[in-house]
Formats: sequence, structure tokens, C-alpha cells
Amino acid sequence: MKRWLHPGFWLVFVLVVILGLWPIFLKNAATREVGFTILLAITMAVSLNIIMGYTGYVSFGHVVFYGLGGYVGMYLLNSMDASLPVAVLGGGAAAGLLAFLLGKAILRLRGAYFALVTIGVNEAMRTFISNFKPFGGPTGIELQFSIYKPYGGPAQALWLTYYAVAAISIFAVVFSYFVKSSKFGLGLMSIREDEDAAEVLGIVTPDVKTMAFVFSAILPGMLGVLFFFKNGNVEPRDAFRLGFSIESLVMIMLGGQGTLLGPVIGALGYQRLRGLLLTSNLMIGSWALKDFQLVISGILMLLIILFIPSGLIGWLKQRIPALRRVLL
Amino acid sequence: MTILLSLRGVSKRFGGLQALSKITFDLPQGQILGLIGPNGAGKTTLFNAINGVFPATGGHIIFRDKDVTHFKPYELAKMGMARTHQIVRPLNELSVRENIMVGACFGHENQDISNAAKIADEVMEFVGLMVRADQLAGSLNVAQKKRLEMARALAAHPVLLLLDEVLAGLNSSEIDNMIQTVLKIREQGITIIMIEHLMKAVMNVSDRIVVLDYGMQIAEGSPEAIVNDPKVIEAYLGDPRLAERLLEEE
Amino acid sequence: MNAGTILTSLVDGLLIGVVYGIAAMGLNLIWGVMRVINLAHGALISLGMFGVYLLFSNLGLNPYVSLCLIAVLGLLMGVIIYFVGIARVINGPYLSTLLATFSINMIIIGLGTAAFTTTPRDIGFSLGSTQVGPLTLLGTRLVAAAVTLLVTAALYTFLYRTRMGKYIRAVSNNRAAAELMGIPSSRVLALSFGIGTMLAAIAGGLIATFFSFTILSGDLCQQKSFIIGVLGGLGNPLGALLGGLILGVLEGLLPLAMPNTWVPVIEFLLFILILLIKPSGLLGGRQ
Repeated sequence: MKRWLHPGFWLVFVLVVILGLWPIFLKNAATREVGFTILLAITMAVSLNIIMGYTGYVSFGHVVFYGLGGYVGMYLLNSMDASLPVAVLGGGAAAGLLAFLLGKAILRLRGAYFALVTIGVNEAMRTFISNFKPFGGPTGIELQFSIYKPYGGPAQALWLTYYAVAAISIFAVVFSYFVKSSKFGLGLMSIREDEDAAEVLGIVTPDVKTMAFVFSAILPGMLGVLFFFKNGNVEPRDAFRLGFSIESLVMIMLGGQGTLLGPVIGALGYQRLRGLLLTSNLMIGSWALKDFQLVISGILMLLIILFIPSGLIGWLKQRIPALRRVLL
Repeated sequence: MTILLSLRGVSKRFGGLQALSKITFDLPQGQILGLIGPNGAGKTTLFNAINGVFPATGGHIIFRDKDVTHFKPYELAKMGMARTHQIVRPLNELSVRENIMVGACFGHENQDISNAAKIADEVMEFVGLMVRADQLAGSLNVAQKKRLEMARALAAHPVLLLLDEVLAGLNSSEIDNMIQTVLKIREQGITIIMIEHLMKAVMNVSDRIVVLDYGMQIAEGSPEAIVNDPKVIEAYLGDPRLAERLLEEE
Repeated sequence: MNAGTILTSLVDGLLIGVVYGIAAMGLNLIWGVMRVINLAHGALISLGMFGVYLLFSNLGLNPYVSLCLIAVLGLLMGVIIYFVGIARVINGPYLSTLLATFSINMIIIGLGTAAFTTTPRDIGFSLGSTQVGPLTLLGTRLVAAAVTLLVTAALYTFLYRTRMGKYIRAVSNNRAAAELMGIPSSRVLALSFGIGTMLAAIAGGLIATFFSFTILSGDLCQQKSFIIGVLGGLGNPLGALLGGLILGVLEGLLPLAMPNTWVPVIEFLLFILILLIKPSGLLGGRQ
């Protein structure tokens, strides 16, 4: 019970709750859209952090869970007349199942080989789904406009998906803290530090790693359904966009991998920066700054890797030891 | 007198290299067994085979009446086997306390996290690391890391403890401390196999000694018998005639 | 479908495959020497493509002549990238070099997209074709294959017959020991990386003579290079050629048996399988 009094947890919890409630409080659709994107990014980063930051297995292809979950959910909505909650749960379950089956096979690989294979998995899934007729092949699945009727029309449906995403993000943070402060989390971090020593100490590494992988996959799967429901359609290119996983990676590195606050701050910072770039009208010569989003992300990530690899939170904890109690 | 561990013809082959050949001995509960031999004799390899890290390619290992020859390290940990490494392996980004808690949580007692914290405190007291409880394991010096390695193994309250050169790299007062610690561990009822190069320590602490050379078991017996065994002396000195001369001089 | 079509498709696939093999050689060399997975390889391939294109359309330079210039530029770029982005983290955890090369990829592709946009470019360069029995062989493919052989021979000679090549092999074997022997490992690493990127640029230049391309094509080629590299064994530069042949066979024959869109699926599944079953590749020794 003592672990729930940790200030580090409450700091993150309150932050995400505020972020979630902000657009609801303002009743503003534009703020809601921004909020949606930020919360989506936060949840993806927090989920990826479980397998990457806590367990030490860096996945480049995490978007595959988002994409597969999204597809399964959209299929349920479109072809099976499922309700949104069922579709969302279905997407999460599909992603979890994929992680379970995959995990047994690919978590045997270490280090860079694992990272490489996750890219391969994502690409294999993308190309496969592009050929998969029941999922609409290269054109994907498109929802009928009438799908929004049961939810009170498209405007209401948009708010509904927002509430769902906000709830999921808050849950993600709570769950992440729960994992980090539990015996299971201790096992994960031991694997990260020294997998062979962890085995000698009694940690049943194959099972523990697979569980972490499944946990990291479920929420992205659910989010995928919500995003594409809102979007109205899903295509292989959008569902399995490698850049999306990479962005989650950058966010985690920015904030500090393996910490609770890190992915949240990293996601927030990255999205704000991106928003600034996209809406800015700044010009360099004849080039618009907004075209340089990729370049700036790249430079940012390179600087972090070279100079502050432990991210913002990690760096703060090193520099100001007093903050170690508060920054989890 | 129950036999805790039994090795029967244990062999290990790495491709073309026969690292261990037909190692056979019994280890009664409560005994301290010294495992000695020149560098490269296969002592750590034997530990790796017993511990499941690099399983034996021939023979059998029986632990607590079960054939564990092909068990994984975590299965053996769950049966009460713990081990320290020759080159220490601390969990660097975790604190000293967290490191030790891992031992308690995942060892054969399978403690939950709050009990593990209590056990960690007891063990830290025992090995003298209490003052460094919240320090990151990676920031300790070698002697402290060795004590941490031992503490982590002890936190699991093991039945069998494999110690791999716990005295290497320590100065003479640290060595005396460590020897006392090992004896106290035995008093708690834990059976120990110790790989050691430091003769004074091995002779004073072990009840029995097994000697390896080139992967083969060349001698077994009490410390006094081993010291006078010409085969053992030859293994260390390389020259059988020198061994004879030294024995005659006595 | 007659024997002629099948054979033509097969040979065409092989000839293209070995060109991808050049890029894979670069990847394997970099991994073999310094255990770095170069995620910026695709960017260098794209630069090679655009280099040849620009020199051809602006200066009318024959692609095969500009290839020499592109090679030198690729080498220089690699050395610069090494010192700027990689040298600092070469001894750190694998994630650092992985993400460092990836960020460099983002930077280069980002700049390239801003400069060149994503409209497809085509050199429109043709060397006609020759008939050899039932086979129809395109001139560009033949010349590219010749260049591939040349480059492979040159690489082999360099690695096994020159002193610098020996240094490179020493460093890839055991960097610490090589340093103790007085080998300037930092310079060797930079050079190895540069040679790797040079091969990527050359491959890009040759591919530009085959198909139309955009700034994003490099990443696609990088994926194929990874598949080839893994097939041949990640540490084995010459094994990459074998991998290229295998991929060439797949790309030549599979489209005859199934819709084109399934070929990438098979390729990626093969990639995953090799990594799971034999990460050291078909030619690699025991890990």
C-alpha cells in the first residue's frame, strides 16, 4: 500500500489527468484534436516503454500492434456490426495475441537483432495485409457514414472517442507505475541490466519477457481502433507506418527511457514541437520550416543520443540527486 | 547424512574441446567443498554445468534427489541453488537493496516485494552493505560488488551456494572478513562449494577438496591429504620430479 | 509463358539482385568491422541515385563516369558521418549507434525531401538490349553486372592484399588487440564506414540506370539490402553477393508464379526466418 503514496507517481498521474480533462473542460473541438494526438502519443510511448525501457528490448516495429489492432477493430465494426467497445477490446485482444505468439519466437533474439526483426515483422504484416482481401487489400477498410449514428452522430462520436482515449491514457500511466513498482517490474529491470544473471537469480526470462511484450501491445491495439474509427478508414500505409514507432522511440529517448515520467514528458514535448513546426509560417530562404519536421526530429534525436542518452528525466536525476525521490 | 548434490561422470564438450571429463563426487548436506585446480582446469565450467548455464554434455547431476542435468538456471534457483560469479555481475542501474531483493523475490522462497525488502535489510546487515543500501550497484568498488554478489545469493536463503572466487581481488583484511562470513553462512545450514585459488583460505575453510586439472578430476579428499598428493603438486608445479623432491624435503 | 520469358525474368532478377548486393556488401562490412547496423544506408543509396541523375541531367555526364565521382563523394560522406555521429557512441550500448545512424537517415532524407520533393525521377538512360538465344538482356543490366564484378574484385583485393585491408580485418576481429598492436582504430573505423557508404552510393547510382526513383526509394533498397545482408551473413561482405543472387532469383521467379504484391511478403518472412534460425546467415560460421 505504501507504494501508492509515492510523489513521483502522483506527479505523472495528475499531469495526465489535467491533459485529459483540459479539452473537456474547454468544450473546444480544436483543443480536443490536439489533446487526442498528445494523449495518443503519450500512451504509445508509455506502452513501448514497458518492453523497451523496463525490459531493455528495443522494438522499432511497435506500430504493428497499433495497426493490427486497428484493422481488427475496423473489421469488427464494418463487417460484423460490432459496437465500438467490442471493437476496441477486439483490437486490443488481437494485438495481445500477436505479441504472445511473436514473443515466443523473437524475444529469443538479443540486442540489435531483435530491433531488426521487429522492423521485418512490421513490414511483413504491412505487405501481407495489403494483399489480404477480407481486410480490403491495398485500399483498406472504409466505414459507412451511418456507423456514427448509434453514437449520436459524428460530432458526438468524436467526443466519445476522446473520452475513451483519455481514460486509456490515464490507465496506461497507472498500469506502468504498477508494473514498475511490482515484483514483476523488478524482474523486467533485472533482465534489462543483465539477462544471464537474471536467469541465474531465478527469473523465468522467456515467460516474463513475453508477458511484458503482451502488456506493451494491448493498449496500442485499442488505440488503433479508436484512431481509425475517428478517421473513418484504415489503409495499410497508415496503419503500419514505421515512422510512427520511431516517433514513439524518440519520445521515450527524449524524456528518459525506463522512467515513469520520461515517456509522458517526451511525448508532450515532441508533440508540442511538432505542432509548433507545422503551424509556423517561418521561412528559411525559400523553404518553409514546416518541411523540415523530419530533419529537426533527426537532429534532436542525434543530439540526445550523443549528449544526454538518459533523456531529460535521467539527466535531471543525475544532476540534482534530491529530485530522485520525486522524479520516478 | 543426506547427499545434497551428486555428480556422476559429468562431462562437457565445446566443439572439439573436452572441457570436463567424467567428474564424479557426492556432496553431503552442510559440508564446505573446495574446488581447486590450475587456471583453465574447468572449475567455472563445472559451476556452469551444475548451474544450468552451459549444461553438461555427458553424465548426470542429481540435486535434492532430482536429475537436474538439463535444467535451466531459473529452475535450479527455484530449487534452492544460488551462485556467485567470478567476474561480478551487478544489476548496475538498480540500487544495492533492489539487487538483493531480486535474490529474495525469485529464489526458491519466491518472496513478495515487501518481505523481500525485509530480507534484504537482514542480509545487508550480515555482509556489511547497509550503509550503501540506496546506492546504485554500478557505483560500488570491486570488494563491495563481491559482497553484493554474495548478498544477492544469500537473500534467496539457498540450500546450496556456489561461490566462484569470492576472494579474488581482495586485500588481506577483506579476505579474513570474507572467510569469517563463509563460515557463518555454513553455520546457517547452507551447503557450499567454493572455487578458490587462495590456498590458505581453501585449506582452512573446506571440509573436503576436489582437484581438477585439464577438465579431469585428479584428486579428492581432506585438505591434508590433498596437500601431500603428488599428482596435485605436479598439476600446479608441472614437474613430477620437483614434487617428489619437495615431499622428500618434508 | 515459355522458357524464354522465364529465363529472361530469372536472369534479369539475378542481374538486378547483385547490384542490391553491392549495397548489402557495404552494410555487412560496417556490421562486420564495428558491429553497427547502419540505418542511414538507405539515405546514401538515395544520394547515389540523385547524384547520378543530377550529373546526367545537368552536365550530360555519362552515368558510369559519374559513378566514380559518386563513389568518392559516398566515401567522404561516410567518413564525415562517422566522425560527427558515430565516433562518440561507438563504445556505448548498441541502441546508441542504432539510433544515431537512424537520426542521420532522418536528417538526410528530410533535407532531400525538401530539396528534391517526392516526384519520381528517371534518368531515361538506355543502352538498348541484346538477344542471347531465348534471352533478352538489357544493356544497362549487363554493364551494372560488370561494374558489380569489378567492385567486388576491388573490395576483395583491398581487404586481402593491402595493408589497410589487413588493418580493417584486424579491427573487425578484435579492436582492443588491434589498438594494442598500434593500429589507429579510429581512422580504420572511419574508413570502413566510408567504404560501406561508398558501396551504398555506387549501388544507388547503378539502380538509377534501371528504374525511376524518388528520394524515398533508398529506404526500400535498404530493406532489400538488409534481407540480402542477413541471407549472406551480416559480417560477411562477400556473402552479400550470394544473398543478392538469391534475392535476384526470388524476384525474378516469384512474380511469374504469384501476383507481384506478394513478393515483398515472402521476402520479409524470409528475413524474419533467417534471423530466427541462423542469424549468422547462410554463409556465416557459428556465432
